[in-house]
Amino acid sequence: MTVLFEDIIQPGATWSHVLKRGTAIRMTDIEGGVNAGGIFYNWESPTERYNMPDTLKAQHIAHLTRGHVLYSDMGRILCSITEDTAGWHDPLGGCSNAATAEAKYGEARYQEHRNECIKNPYDGFVVELAKYGLSARDMAAPVNFFSKVVVDKDGNMQFVTNHSRAGTMIELRAEMNVLVILNTCQHPMDPKPRYGPKPVSIVVRKVPLPASDDLCRLSRPENTRGFILTERYFA
Amino acid sequence: MKYDSIIPAGEPWIYEILRGQYLRIVDVEGNQAADTLFYNANDYEDRYSAQDTIRSQANIYLTTGTRLMSSKGNVLLTIVADTCGRHDTLGGACSMESNMVRYAIEKRYMHACRQSFVKAALAWSRGLGGALEKRDITHNINFFMNVPVTPEGGLRFEDGLSGPGKYVEMRAEIDVLAVISNCPQLNNPCNAYNPTPIRVLIWDPTD
Repeated sequence: MTVLFEDIIQPGATWSHVLKRGTAIRMTDIEGGVNAGGIFYNWESPTERYNMPDTLKAQHIAHLTRGHVLYSDMGRILCSITEDTAGWHDPLGGCSNAATAEAKYGEARYQEHRNECIKNPYDGFVVELAKYGLSARDMAAPVNFFSKVVVDKDGNMQFVTNHSRAGTMIELRAEMNVLVILNTCQHPMDPKPRYGPKPVSIVVRKVPLPASDDLCRLSRPENTRGFILTERYFA
Repeated sequence: MKYDSIIPAGEPWIYEILRGQYLRIVDVEGNQAADTLFYNANDYEDRYSAQDTIRSQANIYLTTGTRLMSSKGNVLLTIVADTCGRHDTLGGACSMESNMVRYAIEKRYMHACRQSFVKAALAWSRGLGGALEKRDITHNINFFMNVPVTPEGGLRFEDGLSGPGKYVEMRAEIDVLAVISNCPQLNNPCNAYNPTPIRVLIWDPTD
């Protein structure tokens, strides 16, 4: 399939793109141990956005992998996970903000550290949202790609270290025209005490629309209905 | 007692709670989900965050001692008493649209929590220049609801642990705006297939 463009999202950076229906983004962990936070909006009507609880309860999941889809709050599918070699991406952990990042890593300003300064994902997301006329009011619960947080029978959350290795990749197929905002800051539960975000490579390419026997469409009856509702939107 | 009110099933409720005041929500008849959102009353874009709340205590269940965190890292309220023992914040609120996905496309026309949330937000905003609207409706707390997660990454809606008269009580750490949808869901056990009233009480520490 035709590659449209490629990029490397630098460590601790924020990146955005309106991913068109009929295209897909492949993210690859270059060094191992990357975290890529992601939030997703219907570009034509951004009050429709990725909804964490709707995604979890429609599919009875607390993790994301191949065959799962990302639901909007309007019963439609923003993106499908068509490829995944990690086996688990975290929808629960959220992102750090200025206060939690400074408490964990201290302060490193641009004045002294230039582009190695410490950044936090909440502010990264909100500044990027503002470029599209959106604001902190529109901030959604991010997915943390390449990260794993397990929950035990008592509800305790545990970050799993060394989950993603160099070369681990995930592909998201856009089922709508989706504003995608990614941020490569560390996962907020990453126990490493030092600030050390990593880069992720991305490839955006054209892909066919999902066929009648598509894996994500048939993965469960809820998703079959989700695809019907998404296709009605474009009818 | 400053405030004492019954919220029937399927109704929205919105009210400001001042720093230091206590809020008690009572599951009057048992097994009733009270879908609840909180906002910093002085900055509505600083609002309850399910992810920040569960991460800050490294546990997905809300109970006594849980600090309800905002998206900007502030403590909105602290749960100070809980006779139910466990509350959910991953299951979100039902909507007409999510009911179509979860149950059947024909379920579109059943009443749902997000209808009540939007109605309450718009009513509150009248005269405030659209301070709250659909875009501000984020991921809520489901008091009295039981949504366990498995170590394998599964998630289930289970029969509630709650019962008649059980309650949860919170202290506001800053001035907050509270929004409740008393859940009308009839398609899963979150309300034991029979939505019932809840009671809301607010008082000052000196009362």
